[in-house]
Amino acid sequence: MTHATTPPEPAITPALIAEHGLKPDEYQRILDLIGREPTFTELGIFSAMWNEHCSYKSSRIHLRKLPTEAPWVIQGPGENAGVIDIGDGDAVVFKMESHNHPSYIEPYQGATTGVGGILRDVFTMGARPIACLNFLRYGHPDHPKTRPVLAGSVAGIGGYGNSFGVPTIAGGVGFHTRYDGNCLINAMAVGLAKTDGIFYAAAAGVGLPIVYLGSKTGRDGMGGATMASAEFGEGSEEKRPTVQVGDPFAEKLLLEACLEIMAKDCVVAIQDMGAAGLTCSAVEMGAKGNLGVELDLDKVPCRETGMTAYEMMLSESQERMLMVLKPEKEAEAEAIFRKWGLDFAVVGHTTDTLRFVVKRHGKVMADLPIKELGDEAPLYDRPWIKPAPWPVLEASAIPAPMSNADALVKLLATPDLCSKRWVWEQYDYMILGNTVQRPGGDAGVVRIAPDQTKALAMTTDVTPRYCEADPFEGGKQAVAEAWRNLTATGAKPLAVTDNLNFGNPERPEIMGQFVFCLKGIAEACRALDFPIVSGNVSLYNETNGRGILPTPTIGGVGVIDDYSKAAGVAFRAEGEAIFLVGETTGWLGQSAYLRDIVGREAGAPPPVDLAAERRNGDFVRSLITEGGVTAVHDLSDGGLAIALAEMAMASGIGAAIDTLPDGPAHAVLFGEDQARYLVTVAAADAAAFTSRAAAAGVPALRLGTTGGDRLTLPGERPILIGDLKTAHESWLPTYMAGPA
Amino acid sequence: MNAAVIVFPGSNRERDVAFALELVSGRKPALVWHADTQLPPGTDLVVLPGGFSYGDYLRCGAIAARAAIMEAVRAHAARGGLVLGICNGFQILCEAGLLPGVLMRNKDRRFACKVAHLKVERTDTPFTRAYAPGQVIAIPCAHGEGNYIADRKTLEKIEGNGLVAFRYCSAAGEVGPAFNHNGSTNSIAGIFSPKLNVLGMMPHPENHVDARLGPTDGRGLFAGLVDALVKAA
Repeated sequence: MTHATTPPEPAITPALIAEHGLKPDEYQRILDLIGREPTFTELGIFSAMWNEHCSYKSSRIHLRKLPTEAPWVIQGPGENAGVIDIGDGDAVVFKMESHNHPSYIEPYQGATTGVGGILRDVFTMGARPIACLNFLRYGHPDHPKTRPVLAGSVAGIGGYGNSFGVPTIAGGVGFHTRYDGNCLINAMAVGLAKTDGIFYAAAAGVGLPIVYLGSKTGRDGMGGATMASAEFGEGSEEKRPTVQVGDPFAEKLLLEACLEIMAKDCVVAIQDMGAAGLTCSAVEMGAKGNLGVELDLDKVPCRETGMTAYEMMLSESQERMLMVLKPEKEAEAEAIFRKWGLDFAVVGHTTDTLRFVVKRHGKVMADLPIKELGDEAPLYDRPWIKPAPWPVLEASAIPAPMSNADALVKLLATPDLCSKRWVWEQYDYMILGNTVQRPGGDAGVVRIAPDQTKALAMTTDVTPRYCEADPFEGGKQAVAEAWRNLTATGAKPLAVTDNLNFGNPERPEIMGQFVFCLKGIAEACRALDFPIVSGNVSLYNETNGRGILPTPTIGGVGVIDDYSKAAGVAFRAEGEAIFLVGETTGWLGQSAYLRDIVGREAGAPPPVDLAAERRNGDFVRSLITEGGVTAVHDLSDGGLAIALAEMAMASGIGAAIDTLPDGPAHAVLFGEDQARYLVTVAAADAAAFTSRAAAAGVPALRLGTTGGDRLTLPGERPILIGDLKTAHESWLPTYMAGPA
Repeated sequence: MNAAVIVFPGSNRERDVAFALELVSGRKPALVWHADTQLPPGTDLVVLPGGFSYGDYLRCGAIAARAAIMEAVRAHAARGGLVLGICNGFQILCEAGLLPGVLMRNKDRRFACKVAHLKVERTDTPFTRAYAPGQVIAIPCAHGEGNYIADRKTLEKIEGNGLVAFRYCSAAGEVGPAFNHNGSTNSIAGIFSPKLNVLGMMPHPENHVDARLGPTDGRGLFAGLVDALVKAA
């Protein structure tokens, strides 16, 4: 047997530094910090810690302005996931994260590992995942990559969640040419824990064993975080080897094993290995605990032979964890991991030196100051220019090119507004047996346990075209819409996770979009008591110099005290009164109607009156809780007409509309004014509803009555619900059946 | 009813079916680890739950069929004991030779989570006695490989001996390709063993038992089992 040795590491050259995504001034910062030339392994560690994906160097100073606190917030941003208190000793742990670049290069594996990563973030904190959501954006349907990227990423999301065993209950799918070379795959996971059973990354205690758990380390995903921090161009597909491969089976075992050893009180600290794998997890455990960390890489379970220190530190192999265990519980924890057939190895220990020391074959390959690796990462206040909002369009200047009935049927069959059944039927939304509201409504709803009345409502929202036309109002609207979708089920909205997808932050106009979207988000979160507890920033979403639409996805979570009172979108019965709650001006700027019927992407988006949002939403929620309404739907893309059609299609019950708000009919039917809901009430309760609304200062207009098998808009031909459904359900399956 | 739910690495609907069993029978089932070699004494119903045993990276259910506990399950079935395999459990029963045939990829090669209508083919079995002959029940499906295939001789035996438990159908009970979402031969959603003591089915009756969440058409299957076991005792 030959004695294992360390091959010589390559010399540090300007080209090598550039390959690691480090700018010359950033490299100078390294030299100043450590007072010598870094080793190759150290260079890799710096590139992993200091890339945009891990360091948030362009976004940090702006993220600080977001509201992150409320009495019910247990843990805000900075940990693996956010944690909120929902009473009775229960906590909800949740976060959203993007896997945009990997999913474009290798759609199935990119998406699976996105789901796997976010589930791990949640159960690392001691929570059992109870639901997944996603937010997906693809290029123009005619772009050659759109169909295969959609097919692969959706199969991947399903493939991981279905096998892992968590219901995927809600999400969003949309298309736009600005995502042609850069899809968005944002995955959100929500878990349930006990408030006294939350686990954190910070290590505590010197000389404690650091344990490696889960799958073995291979060469997959090498440099993935660095790839995610660069623009795409020609030849990006050659980066396929940097995409990791997901193993939901291993993750399911890891979940069960982790929750078991947590329940047995074995764990001091725990951190999953996500982006930048072993490097990031070990540094975070040490730095957060004010401790040094020494790793002996010879102990790391490897899938391949001959891996170097550099490769092991930068591998992004999936389904791995790092833990600090209570020394007296080590044997018990190991037995549990062995039972689940998982690797378990002591790979290092904590020290009091505040150094991050990495050894391979007895040789020190890296010796760096652990806190500075994170704290001294570059921080940029990148130049930005204030975006000029697009001019307001008057509805009177936009004539209707067709009848409103025809426009409705046509809109229902557009890529953005059509049914996404083809997508969500590939997700197991029933597993765990707690799904209260299945996909297709305003928000997903799951009860927290069979023996409880409490349920959680969850949603993901943003309207990227609004953000493009006015980042500030668009940012507000994303938050307001999430809040409204939760409210429409009867939930009290509690907190937000965000996933901020933007283009290249080195361009001042992109940075301006970022800054103003964030301002809008912050203002709305404050006004609605809807703090941000976790999130992720994804920049450099550009291909060949063209950025995506600014897409700050908002994931909202709310609580319903008694899910038997939750509201759904389906009309409940015939002969009920239909009310429109909220102010309607007929705002067609940036509407789906303007784009898909008139053929113009133009105008300012609808402004968001946060006081009206709150007043109207609180009114609707209180009526749901009292049982005063029978069906509720928020108004968003496509406006009033689309919402009516969705309520009719969900129930099979039609409606006759005899009254509309003042204004041109096409504008009030398809305008996208905010802070609005459609509700139905029993006919006998209609007068009481009107007076309740008046007393609350909430606009409420009776539009008509449910019943029959068709939807009739004033002065329009009646449309059979079956025809609405055919239009709504046909587009996506037909499109996906096209050439691969 | 003394039910035992077998837990393989990668099983993921064991809690769902345990909940359904307890809801209907009032008794918690035992959860039995795949590496065990014996069923709890007095077990009268074995359930192989849904999931992705061992990741199902090989043929679905192929590894689980060779797990240590399966010897005890085979012996239980041979004694006439009741065995219910749902989804991955059905796949495992086929791989273990306790039921004939195999489950292939769905005809459109996509995983499908949707509520299917099933026609109850016979009601003189412990599993289906609570249903009416020809009754149509709505039961969720969640599988990527539920396309039932068997050779012609086997099919003749299954059909000739009335061993089809459920067929996919329309809400009105019509059987045909339009309602056979995964492409199963003869629209087969579930089959019995010749002695009617083993049932394998792709749909998930355990997810339609709680009136607070929606339809409860799956309850009848568990209620029938409770009734059969009480009468047998």
